Amino acid sequence: MSAAGADPVLRVSIDSKWYRSRGAEPVEAVRDLAFGVEAGEIVCLIGPSGAGKTTSLRILLGLDTDYTGQVSGAEQAGMVFQEPRLLPWRSVEHNVRLGLPRARRGRDLDGLFGRLGLAPWRASYPKALSLGMQRRVALARALADDPRVLVLDEPFVSLDDAAAAELRGLVVDTVDGAGMSVLMVTHNVAEAIGIADRLLLLSRRPASLVADVPLDRERGARDRAWAEATRATLAARYPEIIAV
Amino acid sequence: MGALTRIASLLVLVAAWQAAALEAGSRLLPAPMAVLRFIIQEAERGDLIHNVGVTLLRVAISFGIAMVLGVALGVALGRSKAADLTLDTPLLVLLNTPALVITVLAYVWVGLTEAAAILAVVLNKLPNVAVIVREGARNLDPQLDEMARAYRFDRLTWARDVLIPQLQPYVVTASRSGLSLAWKIVLVVELLGRPDGVGFAINYYFVQSTDVAAIIGYSLVFMAVMIGIDVLLLQRLEAHVRRWR
Repeated sequence: MSAAGADPVLRVSIDSKWYRSRGAEPVEAVRDLAFGVEAGEIVCLIGPSGAGKTTSLRILLGLDTDYTGQVSGAEQAGMVFQEPRLLPWRSVEHNVRLGLPRARRGRDLDGLFGRLGLAPWRASYPKALSLGMQRRVALARALADDPRVLVLDEPFVSLDDAAAAELRGLVVDTVDGAGMSVLMVTHNVAEAIGIADRLLLLSRRPASLVADVPLDRERGARDRAWAEATRATLAARYPEIIAV
Repeated sequence: MGALTRIASLLVLVAAWQAAALEAGSRLLPAPMAVLRFIIQEAERGDLIHNVGVTLLRVAISFGIAMVLGVALGVALGRSKAADLTLDTPLLVLLNTPALVITVLAYVWVGLTEAAAILAVVLNKLPNVAVIVREGARNLDPQLDEMARAYRFDRLTWARDVLIPQLQPYVVTASRSGLSLAWKIVLVVELLGRPDGVGFAINYYFVQSTDVAAIIGYSLVFMAVMIGIDVLLLQRLEAHVRRWR
């Protein structure tokens, strides 16, 4: 948890975002969405699919500049996309090092590879790896330059439960150990309740903030009964966003 | 097995040639041994090495220039809509102008020089390379581009790790088709306006004595050289750039 009054690591304030394509009605994707992520905090962004979550992340990262509003903090963020987005023609090691600016690309990454269980795969090409392992490589790339915040877009989808849980554990251990923040987009409510310090619930298009829900219980002390009770409470209050 | 089939097909080809030559009994259809004899004589005189060497040098220089300019042009066309709209029509015109016309005009306007010969080959080949590479530049993976922006890749890193590997298969395809195209055009260019080279030699033996053994001999030697380059160099290059698949 962060000290009160400290500056947020990430700050997002999107007044509006429209998609205008020729021959189609303009669509408003985001309206009045504002939130921050504090140091050391895990924040999950939850909302219906197609609600504009990925759009908001792209704006935050500076990949989409066609919007009104203000964002800050992306320069100290490491990004993990929904698909691993590795360069298939480069080795695992090379892919991870591309997460570093050229001046620091030669730094020692033995610790990182070891921690993520990637040490035996450093010389392999990504296509030789399973999706779960490729996601680890993408995570390693995001962590390579010791970012202050990890931005994750649905990082655990299409993995089997065991692989997802393992990767989730790696993320939580890593950020807790380094005092890193996390902003994660997900539609898996159970997953969010399991690891988040705070849930941000988004409405349907145009996406805006419906609720900012802190989860106070220590991550280690979150048992199944607590998780189910939390989910039931949320589902009762926000039935459009969270199904029972 | 593959090699055996190849050798068998080659032997059948040579046997058919021999049979046809025997049947015709004319110096206008010489037998394989006659062609081989000519090749050996011409090599002993030193003309063969000289002419093949000169032609090979012309192919190498014009191929190199056409590849460099064609790749640069193709990337520009594939990445910039404005460049594509502006240059698409001239490219189409060039692509559909017969090699012979380009060659004649180059000699007329530049003069009967080495530079004109090289220019003619480059202009003939460049549009093909540009069109193939444009296809590659249009098909760059937008997701990887986005990743590169999110990680703030510098231009050099982007070019080396993101752009070039995606263009490589197209560039290799353009080189392989371009090399065979280049040497065929070089022969025409030599025939029309150079005092040496394989094209010149073939024309010389045709006009002077209709020496078909010489014509076939020269073309066989040069064909062998180009196939050798393709197998030993380009095919290995192709295997190398595809190794990660």
